[in-house]
Amino acid sequence: MDSNGSDTATRPDTVAGPRSEDVLPDTATAAVKIVIVGGFGVGKTTLVGAVSEIRPLTTEETMTQAGVGVDDTAGVERKTSTTVAMDFGRISINDELVLYLFGTPGQQRFWFLWNGLFDGALGAVVLVDTRRLEVSFDVIERLEDRGVAFVVAVNTFPNAPRYPLEEIRAALDLPAHVPIVACDARLRESSRDVLMTLMRHLHALAAAPEPPARGRTASAIPDANRPERP
Amino acid sequence: MTGPAADWAEGSPERLYVITKGRSGASGGTSLDLVTLIVSRAEPSPEMPPEQAAILRLCRYPLSVAELSAYLALPFSVVTVLVGDLLAEERVQARAPVTMARFPDVELIEAVINGLQRL
Repeated sequence: MDSNGSDTATRPDTVAGPRSEDVLPDTATAAVKIVIVGGFGVGKTTLVGAVSEIRPLTTEETMTQAGVGVDDTAGVERKTSTTVAMDFGRISINDELVLYLFGTPGQQRFWFLWNGLFDGALGAVVLVDTRRLEVSFDVIERLEDRGVAFVVAVNTFPNAPRYPLEEIRAALDLPAHVPIVACDARLRESSRDVLMTLMRHLHALAAAPEPPARGRTASAIPDANRPERP
Repeated sequence: MTGPAADWAEGSPERLYVITKGRSGASGGTSLDLVTLIVSRAEPSPEMPPEQAAILRLCRYPLSVAELSAYLALPFSVVTVLVGDLLAEERVQARAPVTMARFPDVELIEAVINGLQRL
C-alpha cells in the first residue's frame, strides 16, 4: 500500500468518492458483512470482485501492539509498522440492506484484524487452495473457537491437483455439519453459489441453533508458520 | 485498535497523528463498525480540517466506514476517530450495522438469500 501514500493520492480535498453509479440510495439503512478468509493468493479478492457491484476497494490497518503475542511478530517489536490491507466489495441486497464482503488473510499474525471484523458478521467463507491446506487448519479452529458460522469453498485452480471434496473434508478434519463446496472464484455464478451455501447453512443453524459438538483435535494442526508476505 | 499514538511508528505517522490529534480509535468512545453507514447532516465548511470536510462531502449519500477508509486512503482506526468527532458534533448520522444474537435471524437470512438470487 505504500505506493498509494503519496500526497497527491491522499490529499483529502482531491479525494474521488464513489462513481455516481456506485452511490448507495438514501434508503440504505442497514449493512451486514460476510468475511472471506484464506491464505495469500487463494483468490479472496477474485471472489469478492466476481460478485461485487463495485470495483473492490481496499481498507487498511496498521499493525499495532494488538498484534503482539501471535506468531511472527518480530517486525512489530522492531517498530517497523506493518500495514495490512483488506479488499472488500459490496452487494445491494434490497433498497434498505447492503451486504459487504471482506477478504482477510488467514495467517495467525493477521488475526489482530479479526476482532472488529467478525463482530456482527453473518458468517465466513474459508477459501481453500488444495496446494496449501495448512493455513486453513488454524483458520477453521479459530472460527470454531470464536463461534463464527462458516462454510469451506475449495477454489479450483487450473494446475492444482483435484481431490474429492470428502477427501479434503477429511484432510481438514472438518466437522460433518460444515458444508464444503468447490468453486471457481473467477466466475460470478460460482462465487454467488458459495455465498448462497453459507446463507443456507446459516438458515439451517437459525432453525436449529444448537450446533453439533465439535470434533476437532488439536493434534491435527500442523505448523502453519510459513514465510509468506502480504 | 488500541494503544497510544506512538504505535503508528513509521508510514507517515506524523500525518496520522496530526489528523487524529494524537488519538487512536479506542479513545473515541464510539462503536463504529467497518459497515456502519455514515450519512452527512451538514455541509463542509472552510474552517474544518480537510479530512473531515472530505467525509462530509463523501457521505452525502450513505457510505460505510470501510469505504471512507478506502477513498480517503486512511486506516480504519483513523477514520473512526474522525467520524466519531463528526458524530459528536452531529454533523453526520451513523446507521448502525444490523445487530444479532449468536446467529442472524431467519428474516435477515432470507432477505440476503433473495438478494443474492437476483445477482
